[in-house]
Amino acid sequence: MEHYLSLITKAVFIENILLAYFLGMCSFLAVSKKVDASIGLGFAVIFVLTITAPVNWFIYGYLLADGALAWLGFEDVNLSFLRPIVFIAVIAAMVQLVEMIIDKFSPSLYQSLGIFLPLIAVNCSILGGSLFLVERNYTLMESIVFGFGSGLGWFLAIVAMASIRYRLRYSNVPAKLRGVGITMLLTGLISIAFMSFGGIQL
Amino acid sequence: MALLSKSSKAAVSDPLMSNNPISLQVLGICSALAVTTKLDIAFVMTLAVIAVLCISNTVISLLRNMIPSKVRIIVQLSVIASMVILTDLILQAYMYDISKQLTVFVSLIITNCIIMGRAEAFAMQNGPWKSFLDGLGNGLGYGIILIAVAFFRELLGSGTIYGYKVVPEALYAAGYENMGLMVLSPGAFIILGLIVWAQRILGNVEEE
Repeated sequence: MEHYLSLITKAVFIENILLAYFLGMCSFLAVSKKVDASIGLGFAVIFVLTITAPVNWFIYGYLLADGALAWLGFEDVNLSFLRPIVFIAVIAAMVQLVEMIIDKFSPSLYQSLGIFLPLIAVNCSILGGSLFLVERNYTLMESIVFGFGSGLGWFLAIVAMASIRYRLRYSNVPAKLRGVGITMLLTGLISIAFMSFGGIQL
Repeated sequence: MALLSKSSKAAVSDPLMSNNPISLQVLGICSALAVTTKLDIAFVMTLAVIAVLCISNTVISLLRNMIPSKVRIIVQLSVIASMVILTDLILQAYMYDISKQLTVFVSLIITNCIIMGRAEAFAMQNGPWKSFLDGLGNGLGYGIILIAVAFFRELLGSGTIYGYKVVPEALYAAGYENMGLMVLSPGAFIILGLIVWAQRILGNVEEE
């Protein structure tokens, strides 16, 4: 239990997928203008990451890894080079599924997310999460916890940013710095703040 | 040069400054930041992106009349993903050390919005030669920012440029220290923010 607790703390705070690995920046910059939309997208990312991480773990462990096809009788087949293309296909399918579910249960959220939901498919944080769990040899349980933790970390970062940008409307930012420039600088500051979690050992 | 007409030249030169994919269109930032701690890594990453972007643009442009519009995203994605896998394998074969340092970020070129964006916005409407040039231009525009960020991060963070020491020993003796923050992730955000700012002042661009 303690092991998973430390893994989730690490994924949310210390190695935050956005602030330490820069994954998912594109939608972060585009959606963080509005708080509601960023909360919605944040939840969608948590959801998709938590599902795709274990699914991709199964696919890698039983189909792609070196010797993984032994249960079919092919013992020296190594398909691990197909990793990126298979992962992205799984992710695209999952995103489609989430899109249909949200459309059914919360049309207003569906409206406000609009174009950004399909964009989750090309959100680097989802593919990055799946690639990291292979790189770090996580077990099934670890990959679920890691997927959820990374999603939560991304959620925290985007909601924090959206709230700051909301306040920023009342401040006098130099004209040329408005938009991307100031957002990048602010992300840098949030990133420094998150680094202070670095010493935590559970 | 007769090889390059005026519009082809614009396809290459526009993305370098006045319509830069990273700093003005804000695409493909993810990988731009992660691989910029050292110049040599940034350089290899730039080459990889240019190669993938040029080839995928050309291939998609050749296929453009055969792709049914309903499944075009999947077709584009699979072309791009195949190119990325190829690039990754070539890097692993010939530049093993650097490919180890790039870790998952080569595979993440697949989700780089620049490549999808150019395939969708340019290669689907234009011929192969022009699409190739467009890919080259956007790849170079991406590379310029990447190398600029890496230059400052390596110079301020490690006191080296492309692995060579440039900050003189005398300066260290006088109390100068490398800025550890630049090697960590906040350094990348701050440097890129400042570069975007500088470029908007030079290009006189304003948001909203």
